[in-house]
Amino acid sequence: MPVFEEILSRIQSDLSDSLLKSELYRGETTFYIKKQDIVSVCKKLKSDFGFNYLADVLGTDRFTDEDRFEVIYHLRNLTEAWFLRLVVLVDEKDLAVDTVSSVWKTANWEEREVFDMYGIKFNHHPDLRRMYMPQDFEYFPLRKEFPLIGIEGSIPLPAKE
Amino acid sequence: MPTEKQPKSTDDLLRLLEDEHTFVTLEGGDALDTEMVINMGPSHPATHGVLRIVLKMNGETITQAIPELGYLHRAMEKLAENKSYHEFMPYTDRLDYMMPYSNNVALCLAVEKAAGITVPERAQVIRTIACELARISSHLLWLGSMVMDTGALTLFLHTFREREKIYDIFDLLTGARFTVSHSRIGGLASDISPETISALKSFIKQFPAQVQSWEKLLNRNKIFLQRTVGIGYIDAEMATDMGLSGPNLRASGVKWDLRKKVPYLKYDSVQFDVPTSTDGDSYARYYMRILEMYESVSIIEQLLDRIPEGPVRADYAKQVYPWKSEVYHTMEGLIHDFMLTDWGVCPDKGQVYHAIESSKGELGFFIQSDGTGHPWRLKIRSPSFVNLQSLPYLLEGSQMADTVVIIGSLDPVMGEADK
Repeated sequence: MPVFEEILSRIQSDLSDSLLKSELYRGETTFYIKKQDIVSVCKKLKSDFGFNYLADVLGTDRFTDEDRFEVIYHLRNLTEAWFLRLVVLVDEKDLAVDTVSSVWKTANWEEREVFDMYGIKFNHHPDLRRMYMPQDFEYFPLRKEFPLIGIEGSIPLPAKE
Repeated sequence: MPTEKQPKSTDDLLRLLEDEHTFVTLEGGDALDTEMVINMGPSHPATHGVLRIVLKMNGETITQAIPELGYLHRAMEKLAENKSYHEFMPYTDRLDYMMPYSNNVALCLAVEKAAGITVPERAQVIRTIACELARISSHLLWLGSMVMDTGALTLFLHTFREREKIYDIFDLLTGARFTVSHSRIGGLASDISPETISALKSFIKQFPAQVQSWEKLLNRNKIFLQRTVGIGYIDAEMATDMGLSGPNLRASGVKWDLRKKVPYLKYDSVQFDVPTSTDGDSYARYYMRILEMYESVSIIEQLLDRIPEGPVRADYAKQVYPWKSEVYHTMEGLIHDFMLTDWGVCPDKGQVYHAIESSKGELGFFIQSDGTGHPWRLKIRSPSFVNLQSLPYLLEGSQMADTVVIIGSLDPVMGEADK
């Protein structure tokens, strides 16, 4: 069985064109990937390195002027029990990432959730609707500017007879 | 001989249908050939909560299924960003409300990983025991309700009798029967008492015989087999691609269990099997959970005899709460308690993800810390949410009556799926 550290350096050299930086914290490796390369990177990781399981896709709001949002992917290799995190930075001016639902079907709902909570669009997504909030809801609740108490009138109550 | 008739009105139709020898045709052809759309839920006894599914039917066959979630969305992740890590603990009880103890532990393990806190051995063993007990209790409720979905009410009463005993043990261990909130960052709220240990011992002594008696009732029960065998089939490759986890994934033949593959707590020091099957149908998913209950009992049995002596909470006042006796009687204790409540556990800046094997599958907490006492971002990877995603795949092509069985065999909990 190959050691995970060897695999990581192999991934690093294979993906060097798409890799922005890598990070090791508390035993977890994070690769920052160029936004336009995410689908090809995921395809390569799945076919060449056996990352056949997408555990999670999530968004975060860094609340910065540049590259405000992050989309984070948690990948697993179920045979070797490897874990890898990919991060894509998304700028507020271009709120769109290519979908990875063609690589793993799990991404379908997970990306819908990210869209619902942060308003990040996923190009070529098969069914990009809101996951939890009502379809006509106007705001993106997990963005930092959205108040905890909610916005009055954003979900209208049924009218009284 | 069936006679063919044309109904003149709805009343006429209902009257005609009462006669089993009458064959009714509607305008537009055979009623079983026309497509119709059925709305199921969100308040439906068989959807295990507030799941809504819109089904497109061709006669009795489902051609398309669209699950709609969000009817129990309580914005847990938004709340977490505005609370300290300790304050968020009781919310996790309400995630997967079938097994609150494991959710507490999952959050604690993630925060401890982020903050680099080492938990004493004794606390880890007690956590492992309680997590397995929670798994049994969750599987008990699932078994009762899933068998009820196939039409048998009796077993629910049997499983709930056993679950009641587990509630009593949790009451002894934690002081609460259901929403326990017993785990603390860095340890536990209270130690295990000899009374709890003896209650646990007497429970696990009689419990396997109970499961065996239920197996006798179900394993070769013709009605149960007809309702589950071959129903809702999913193969290993598709299950992995869809992100199924827990017993649902193992029923399709993927031997993946976080307790074995990425050991946490004390799972690397106990002997247990990970049951797998290659059948991939509702019956396999049922049988995996039955076998898991035996394994859980065996894990508890092994650990009960070797609970090490020592403290159950780490002695590190900067990040772990002091005992109440210290808070009330020493100045330092009071200051530390005050500081922790006011500032909270402040993990270093960075991001961590920790997942446990809950009874539903991979329950993970992702924490992005900015160095303050509140998480900058806390994401819950809920197994029920991801498991439910396979529902359209499982339902399409199956019969209307199998819907409830397939939902039941997936074991979704909407509190967790909707967050």
